Amino acid sequence: MSEIVAKEIIYCEVCSYPPEYCEFGVSFKRCKEWLLEAHPDLYEKLYSDDALASKVSTLSVEREEKISQDLAKKQLKEEAKQERELQKKLASKVLIKRIERNRRKHIISISGLEVFNIDMKKLSKTFASKFATGASVIKNAEKKEEILVQGDVSDEAKDYIEKLLEEKGLNGVEVEQIDEKKKKKPTTPVVA
Amino acid sequence: MFKKFTKDDVHSRSNIKSSAQRGLKSKFVGQFEALEPAIDSIIPKKSQAILIKCEDKIQLYSVENEIVLFQHFDDLIPALKIVHKYPQCFPRVQVDRGAIKFVLSGANIMCPGLTSAGAKLPEENIENESIVSIYAEGKENALAVGKLVMSTDEIKSVNKGIGIEVLHYLGDGLWNLKE
Repeated sequence: MSEIVAKEIIYCEVCSYPPEYCEFGVSFKRCKEWLLEAHPDLYEKLYSDDALASKVSTLSVEREEKISQDLAKKQLKEEAKQERELQKKLASKVLIKRIERNRRKHIISISGLEVFNIDMKKLSKTFASKFATGASVIKNAEKKEEILVQGDVSDEAKDYIEKLLEEKGLNGVEVEQIDEKKKKKPTTPVVA
Repeated sequence: MFKKFTKDDVHSRSNIKSSAQRGLKSKFVGQFEALEPAIDSIIPKKSQAILIKCEDKIQLYSVENEIVLFQHFDDLIPALKIVHKYPQCFPRVQVDRGAIKFVLSGANIMCPGLTSAGAKLPEENIENESIVSIYAEGKENALAVGKLVMSTDEIKSVNKGIGIEVLHYLGDGLWNLKE
Protein backbone atom coordinates (compact mmCIF):
# COMPACT_ATOMS: atom_id res chain seq x y z
CA MET A 1 0.00 0.00 0.00
CA SER A 2 1.67 3.15 -1.11
CA GLU A 3 1.25 6.25 0.93
CA ILE A 4 -0.29 9.23 -0.76
CA VAL A 5 1.78 12.30 -0.23
CA ALA A 6 0.02 15.50 0.62
CA LYS A 7 0.00 18.07 -2.13
CA GLU A 8 1.64 21.37 -1.33
CA ILE A 9 -0.78 24.20 -1.72
CA ILE A 10 0.09 27.85 -1.73
CA TYR A 11 -2.58 30.06 -0.26
CA CYS A 12 -2.83 33.74 -0.95
CA GLU A 13 -1.95 35.64 2.17
CA VAL A 14 -4.28 38.48 1.35
CA CYS A 15 -7.55 36.66 0.75
CA SER A 16 -6.59 33.12 1.90
CA TYR A 17 -7.80 31.52 -1.35
CA PRO A 18 -5.56 29.50 -3.60
CA PRO A 19 -4.10 32.20 -5.89
CA GLU A 20 -6.03 31.08 -8.94
CA TYR A 21 -9.25 32.09 -7.23
CA CYS A 22 -8.03 35.53 -6.22
CA GLU A 23 -9.73 37.02 -9.25
CA PHE A 24 -13.05 36.12 -7.68
CA GLY A 25 -12.13 37.52 -4.31
CA VAL A 26 -12.74 41.01 -3.07
CA SER A 27 -9.15 42.17 -2.97
CA PHE A 28 -7.87 41.11 -6.35
CA LYS A 29 -5.51 44.04 -6.77
CA ARG A 30 -3.72 43.50 -3.51
CA CYS A 31 -3.64 39.73 -4.09
CA LYS A 32 -1.86 40.28 -7.37
CA GLU A 33 0.70 42.53 -5.76
CA TRP A 34 1.33 39.98 -3.06
CA LEU A 35 1.71 37.14 -5.53
CA LEU A 36 4.13 39.09 -7.68
CA GLU A 37 6.31 39.59 -4.67
CA ALA A 38 6.03 36.23 -2.98
CA HIS A 39 5.72 33.81 -5.87
CA PRO A 40 6.78 35.49 -9.11
CA ASP A 41 6.79 32.21 -11.05
CA LEU A 42 3.18 31.55 -10.16
CA TYR A 43 2.30 35.11 -11.02
CA GLU A 44 3.84 34.61 -14.41
CA LYS A 45 1.79 31.48 -14.89
CA LEU A 46 -1.49 33.05 -13.91
CA TYR A 47 -1.38 36.62 -15.12
CA SER A 48 1.15 36.92 -17.93
CA ASP A 49 -0.24 38.00 -21.28
CA ASP A 50 0.23 34.55 -22.74
CA ALA A 51 -1.73 32.93 -19.95
CA LEU A 52 -4.53 35.41 -20.28
CA ALA A 53 -4.67 34.96 -24.02
CA SER A 54 -4.64 31.20 -23.86
CA LYS A 55 -7.27 31.06 -21.17
CA VAL A 56 -9.94 29.45 -23.24
CA SER A 57 -13.38 29.86 -21.93
CA THR A 58 -16.49 28.21 -23.19
CA LEU A 59 -18.53 31.21 -22.30
CA SER A 60 -19.49 33.79 -24.85
CA VAL A 61 -17.53 37.01 -24.81
CA GLU A 62 -20.40 39.12 -23.55
CA ARG A 63 -21.04 36.89 -20.59
CA GLU A 64 -17.40 36.85 -19.71
CA GLU A 65 -17.35 40.61 -19.86
CA LYS A 66 -20.36 40.88 -17.64
CA ILE A 67 -18.82 38.63 -15.05
CA SER A 68 -15.65 40.64 -14.91
CA GLN A 69 -17.62 43.85 -14.74
CA ASP A 70 -19.64 42.59 -11.83
CA LEU A 71 -16.52 41.46 -10.07
CA ALA A 72 -14.83 44.79 -10.60
CA LYS A 73 -17.83 46.54 -9.12
CA LYS A 74 -17.82 44.25 -6.13
CA GLN A 75 -14.14 44.79 -5.59
CA LEU A 76 -14.56 48.52 -5.72
CA LYS A 77 -17.32 48.34 -3.19
CA GLU A 78 -15.26 46.20 -0.92
CA GLU A 79 -12.34 48.59 -1.10
CA ALA A 80 -14.56 51.46 -0.14
CA LYS A 81 -15.93 49.44 2.70
CA GLN A 82 -12.48 48.64 4.00
CA GLU A 83 -11.51 52.27 3.78
CA ARG A 84 -14.57 53.22 5.79
CA GLU A 85 -13.83 50.62 8.38
CA LEU A 86 -10.29 51.85 8.75
CA GLN A 87 -11.54 55.38 9.23
CA LYS A 88 -13.95 54.15 11.85
CA LYS A 89 -11.21 52.32 13.61
CA LEU A 90 -8.97 55.35 13.62
CA ALA A 91 -11.76 57.58 14.84
CA SER A 92 -12.81 55.38 17.71
CA LYS A 93 -11.02 55.36 21.00
CA VAL A 94 -10.35 52.96 23.78
CA LEU A 95 -11.52 53.82 27.21
CA ILE A 96 -9.80 52.64 30.36
CA LYS A 97 -11.84 53.47 33.38
CA ARG A 98 -10.50 53.27 36.87
CA ILE A 99 -13.29 52.65 39.30
CA GLU A 100 -12.86 52.96 43.01
CA ARG A 101 -14.20 50.00 44.86
CA ASN A 102 -13.34 51.19 48.32
CA ARG A 103 -10.65 53.54 49.56
CA ARG A 104 -7.57 51.74 48.44
CA LYS A 105 -8.93 49.21 46.03
CA HIS A 106 -9.73 49.81 42.40
CA ILE A 107 -10.89 47.89 39.43
CA ILE A 108 -10.41 48.96 35.85
CA SER A 109 -12.81 48.51 33.01
CA ILE A 110 -11.63 48.55 29.41
CA SER A 111 -14.16 49.27 26.70
CA GLY A 112 -14.20 50.26 23.06
CA LEU A 113 -12.05 47.41 21.85
CA GLU A 114 -14.73 45.60 19.88
CA VAL A 115 -14.10 47.56 16.65
CA PHE A 116 -10.57 46.22 16.38
CA ASN A 117 -11.42 42.55 16.00
CA ILE A 118 -9.75 41.62 19.23
CA ASP A 119 -10.79 38.47 20.97
CA MET A 120 -12.02 39.85 24.28
CA LYS A 121 -12.00 36.53 26.05
CA LYS A 122 -8.39 35.87 25.15
CA LEU A 123 -7.33 39.37 26.07
CA SER A 124 -8.95 39.07 29.46
CA LYS A 125 -7.09 35.81 29.98
CA THR A 126 -3.79 37.44 29.11
CA PHE A 127 -4.51 40.30 31.48
CA ALA A 128 -5.36 37.86 34.21
CA SER A 129 -2.08 36.02 33.86
CA LYS A 130 0.00 39.13 33.15
CA PHE A 131 -1.13 41.04 36.19
CA ALA A 132 -1.89 38.00 38.32
CA THR A 133 -5.37 39.23 39.02
CA GLY A 134 -8.91 38.30 38.16
CA ALA A 135 -10.18 39.53 34.83
CA SER A 136 -13.48 38.92 33.16
CA VAL A 137 -15.50 39.89 30.13
CA ILE A 138 -18.90 41.40 30.77
CA LYS A 139 -21.56 43.06 28.74
CA ASN A 140 -22.11 46.65 29.72
CA ALA A 141 -25.21 48.79 29.54
CA GLU A 142 -24.90 49.34 25.78
CA LYS A 143 -24.66 45.60 25.16
CA LYS A 144 -21.02 45.95 24.30
CA GLU A 145 -18.32 43.84 25.76
CA GLU A 146 -15.83 45.22 28.18
CA ILE A 147 -13.09 43.75 30.29
CA LEU A 148 -12.98 44.16 34.03
CA VAL A 149 -9.63 43.71 35.70
CA GLN A 150 -9.30 43.57 39.44
CA GLY A 151 -6.68 45.90 40.85
CA ASP A 152 -5.32 49.22 39.68
CA VAL A 153 -3.31 48.31 36.62
CA SER A 154 -4.58 50.99 34.29
CA ASP A 155 -1.13 52.29 33.32
CA GLU A 156 0.18 48.86 32.47
CA ALA A 157 -3.01 47.97 30.65
CA LYS A 158 -2.75 51.15 28.64
CA ASP A 159 0.80 50.35 27.59
CA TYR A 160 -0.20 46.85 26.63
CA ILE A 161 -3.18 47.91 24.56
CA GLU A 162 -1.16 50.57 22.79
CA LYS A 163 1.43 47.98 21.90
CA LEU A 164 -1.30 45.62 20.71
CA LEU A 165 -2.82 48.25 18.47
CA GLU A 166 0.56 49.21 17.12
CA GLU A 167 1.12 45.62 16.09
CA LYS A 168 -2.06 45.81 14.11
CA GLY A 169 -0.81 48.91 12.38
CA LEU A 170 -3.18 51.29 14.09
CA ASN A 171 -1.01 54.02 15.49
CA GLY A 172 -3.39 56.92 15.70
CA VAL A 173 -5.85 55.31 18.04
CA GLU A 174 -6.42 57.18 21.23
CA VAL A 175 -6.33 55.30 24.50
CA GLU A 176 -7.92 57.36 27.21
CA GLN A 177 -7.71 56.92 30.92
CA ILE A 178 -10.50 58.09 33.16
CA ASP A 179 -10.78 58.14 36.88
CA GLU A 180 -14.21 57.36 38.10
CA LYS A 181 -14.80 58.19 41.71
CA LYS A 182 -17.54 56.47 43.52
CA LYS A 183 -20.32 58.86 44.30
CA LYS A 184 -20.48 59.66 47.92
CA LYS A 185 -23.37 58.00 49.56
CA PRO A 186 -25.52 60.40 51.50
CA THR A 187 -24.46 59.57 54.97
CA THR A 188 -27.17 59.37 57.46
CA PRO A 189 -26.51 61.74 60.27
CA VAL A 190 -25.43 59.97 63.34
CA VAL A 191 -27.78 60.52 66.15
CA ALA A 192 -25.90 61.04 69.26
CA MET B 1 -24.22 25.58 5.77
CA PHE B 2 -21.31 27.74 6.81
CA LYS B 3 -22.35 30.92 5.13
CA LYS B 4 -22.81 32.60 8.44
CA PHE B 5 -20.55 30.86 10.84
CA THR B 6 -18.46 32.50 13.49
CA LYS B 7 -16.80 31.68 16.75
CA ASP B 8 -20.08 32.32 18.51
CA ASP B 9 -21.58 29.25 16.91
CA VAL B 10 -19.11 26.98 18.66
CA HIS B 11 -20.70 25.41 21.70
CA SER B 12 -18.10 23.14 23.16
CA ARG B 13 -14.81 21.53 22.38
CA SER B 14 -13.53 18.32 23.84
CA ASN B 15 -10.88 15.73 23.19
CA ILE B 16 -12.26 12.50 21.84
CA LYS B 17 -11.36 9.03 23.01
CA SER B 18 -8.81 7.16 20.96
CA SER B 19 -11.32 4.40 20.32
CA ALA B 20 -13.80 6.94 19.00
CA GLN B 21 -11.00 8.35 16.88
CA ARG B 22 -10.33 4.94 15.37
CA GLY B 23 -14.01 4.55 14.67
CA LEU B 24 -14.10 7.95 13.03
CA LYS B 25 -11.17 7.05 10.82
CA SER B 26 -12.66 3.79 9.66
CA LYS B 27 -15.98 5.47 8.99
CA PHE B 28 -14.28 8.17 6.99
CA VAL B 29 -12.42 5.59 4.93
CA GLY B 30 -15.67 3.66 4.51
CA GLN B 31 -17.16 6.72 2.90
CA PHE B 32 -14.23 7.49 0.62
CA GLU B 33 -12.45 4.27 -0.24
CA ALA B 34 -9.65 5.94 -2.16
CA LEU B 35 -8.66 7.61 1.07
CA GLU B 36 -7.22 4.50 2.67
CA PRO B 37 -3.54 5.11 1.88
CA ALA B 38 -3.75 8.70 3.08
CA ILE B 39 -5.84 8.42 6.20
CA ASP B 40 -2.88 7.94 8.50
CA SER B 41 -1.33 11.17 7.35
CA ILE B 42 -4.62 13.04 7.65
CA ILE B 43 -5.32 11.75 11.13
CA PRO B 44 -2.07 10.29 12.50
CA LYS B 45 -2.42 7.33 14.82
CA LYS B 46 -0.94 9.03 17.83
CA SER B 47 -2.70 12.34 17.38
CA GLN B 48 -5.46 13.70 19.52
CA ALA B 49 -8.54 14.73 17.62
CA ILE B 50 -10.73 17.44 19.06
CA LEU B 51 -14.46 17.41 18.66
CA ILE B 52 -16.00 20.85 18.30
CA LYS B 53 -19.73 20.90 18.62
CA CYS B 54 -21.49 23.77 16.91
CA GLU B 55 -24.86 25.25 16.21
CA ASP B 56 -27.33 23.24 14.09
CA LYS B 57 -25.91 19.85 14.98
CA ILE B 58 -22.69 20.47 13.12
CA GLN B 59 -19.67 18.72 14.54
CA LEU B 60 -16.17 19.64 13.55
CA TYR B 61 -13.18 17.42 14.07
CA SER B 62 -9.84 19.07 14.31
CA VAL B 63 -6.40 17.52 14.44
CA GLU B 64 -3.32 19.55 15.31
CA ASN B 65 -5.20 22.83 15.20
CA GLU B 66 -6.60 22.28 11.77
CA ILE B 67 -10.17 21.40 10.99
CA VAL B 68 -9.95 18.11 9.15
CA LEU B 69 -13.53 17.09 8.62
CA PHE B 70 -16.99 17.84 9.80
CA GLN B 71 -20.08 15.87 10.41
CA HIS B 72 -23.63 16.83 9.67
CA PHE B 73 -26.04 14.09 10.69
CA ASP B 74 -24.45 10.96 9.26
CA ASP B 75 -22.25 12.40 6.57
CA LEU B 76 -18.59 12.93 7.12
CA ILE B 77 -17.39 15.76 4.94
CA PRO B 78 -13.73 16.66 4.43
CA ALA B 79 -12.65 20.25 4.93
CA LEU B 80 -11.42 22.01 1.80
CA LYS B 81 -7.82 22.18 2.99
CA ILE B 82 -7.81 18.40 3.11
CA VAL B 83 -9.38 18.18 -0.33
CA HIS B 84 -6.63 20.45 -1.60
CA LYS B 85 -3.97 18.25 -0.08
CA TYR B 86 -5.36 14.93 -1.24
CA PRO B 87 -7.32 15.77 -4.36
CA GLN B 88 -7.22 12.29 -5.84
CA CYS B 89 -9.07 10.75 -2.89
CA PHE B 90 -12.45 12.29 -3.48
CA PRO B 91 -14.92 12.00 -6.34
CA ARG B 92 -14.77 15.12 -8.43
CA VAL B 93 -17.12 17.13 -10.58
CA GLN B 94 -16.39 20.33 -12.44
CA VAL B 95 -18.49 23.41 -13.05
CA ASP B 96 -18.11 25.95 -15.82
CA ARG B 97 -16.54 29.36 -15.38
CA GLY B 98 -19.81 31.18 -15.15
CA ALA B 99 -20.72 29.30 -12.01
CA ILE B 100 -17.61 30.05 -9.98
CA LYS B 101 -18.83 33.42 -8.81
CA PHE B 102 -22.05 31.99 -7.47
CA VAL B 103 -20.48 28.98 -5.85
CA LEU B 104 -18.05 31.25 -4.03
CA SER B 105 -20.96 33.12 -2.57
CA GLY B 106 -22.48 29.90 -1.37
CA ALA B 107 -25.13 29.06 -3.95
CA ASN B 108 -26.19 25.51 -4.60
CA ILE B 109 -25.08 24.21 -7.96
CA MET B 110 -27.66 23.98 -10.70
CA CYS B 111 -27.55 21.17 -13.21
CA PRO B 112 -26.80 23.27 -16.31
CA GLY B 113 -23.60 24.45 -14.63
CA LEU B 114 -22.50 20.83 -14.46
CA THR B 115 -23.44 19.76 -17.97
CA SER B 116 -22.31 22.69 -20.12
CA ALA B 117 -19.18 22.68 -22.25
CA GLY B 118 -16.76 23.87 -19.60
CA ALA B 119 -18.04 21.49 -16.98
CA LYS B 120 -17.14 17.87 -16.40
CA LEU B 121 -18.98 14.99 -14.87
CA PRO B 122 -17.35 11.60 -14.45
CA GLU B 123 -18.24 8.88 -16.94
CA GLU B 124 -19.50 6.47 -14.35
CA ASN B 125 -22.48 7.23 -12.23
CA ILE B 126 -22.07 8.71 -8.76
CA GLU B 127 -24.86 7.78 -6.41
CA ASN B 128 -27.33 10.27 -5.08
CA GLU B 129 -26.44 11.81 -1.70
CA SER B 130 -22.73 11.15 -1.98
CA ILE B 131 -20.18 13.81 -1.13
CA VAL B 132 -18.22 15.25 -4.03
CA SER B 133 -15.46 17.80 -4.40
CA ILE B 134 -16.25 20.57 -6.82
CA TYR B 135 -13.69 21.94 -9.22
CA ALA B 136 -13.93 24.73 -11.75
CA GLU B 137 -13.11 25.19 -15.39
CA GLY B 138 -9.46 26.14 -15.86
CA LYS B 139 -8.64 25.83 -12.17
CA GLU B 140 -6.47 23.30 -10.49
CA ASN B 141 -7.82 23.28 -6.96
CA ALA B 142 -11.24 22.52 -5.58
CA LEU B 143 -13.47 25.42 -4.69
CA ALA B 144 -16.23 23.68 -2.80
CA VAL B 145 -17.49 20.47 -1.28
CA GLY B 146 -21.06 19.42 -1.75
CA LYS B 147 -23.63 16.69 -1.54
CA LEU B 148 -25.38 15.36 -4.61
CA VAL B 149 -29.09 15.96 -4.60
CA MET B 150 -29.53 13.63 -7.55
CA SER B 151 -27.23 11.03 -9.04
CA THR B 152 -24.92 12.21 -11.80
CA ASP B 153 -26.85 10.19 -14.37
CA GLU B 154 -29.97 12.03 -13.36
CA ILE B 155 -28.17 15.36 -13.56
CA LYS B 156 -27.25 14.53 -17.14
CA SER B 157 -30.76 13.51 -18.12
CA VAL B 158 -32.89 15.96 -16.16
CA ASN B 159 -30.55 18.97 -16.49
CA LYS B 160 -32.74 21.23 -14.44
CA GLY B 161 -32.83 22.55 -10.91
CA ILE B 162 -30.41 22.00 -8.07
CA GLY B 163 -27.87 19.25 -8.68
CA ILE B 164 -25.48 19.67 -5.79
CA GLU B 165 -26.08 21.15 -2.41
CA VAL B 166 -22.97 23.13 -1.52
CA LEU B 167 -21.86 22.44 2.03
CA HIS B 168 -18.51 24.11 2.32
CA TYR B 169 -16.82 26.55 -0.06
CA LEU B 170 -13.79 28.80 -0.30
CA GLY B 171 -14.19 31.82 1.90
CA ASP B 172 -17.09 30.64 4.01
CA GLY B 173 -17.29 30.72 7.79
CA LEU B 174 -15.51 27.42 8.24
CA TRP B 175 -12.76 28.37 5.83
CA ASN B 176 -12.14 31.57 7.75
CA LEU B 177 -12.41 29.98 11.15
CA LYS B 178 -9.12 30.32 12.96
CA GLU B 179 -8.31 28.19 15.91
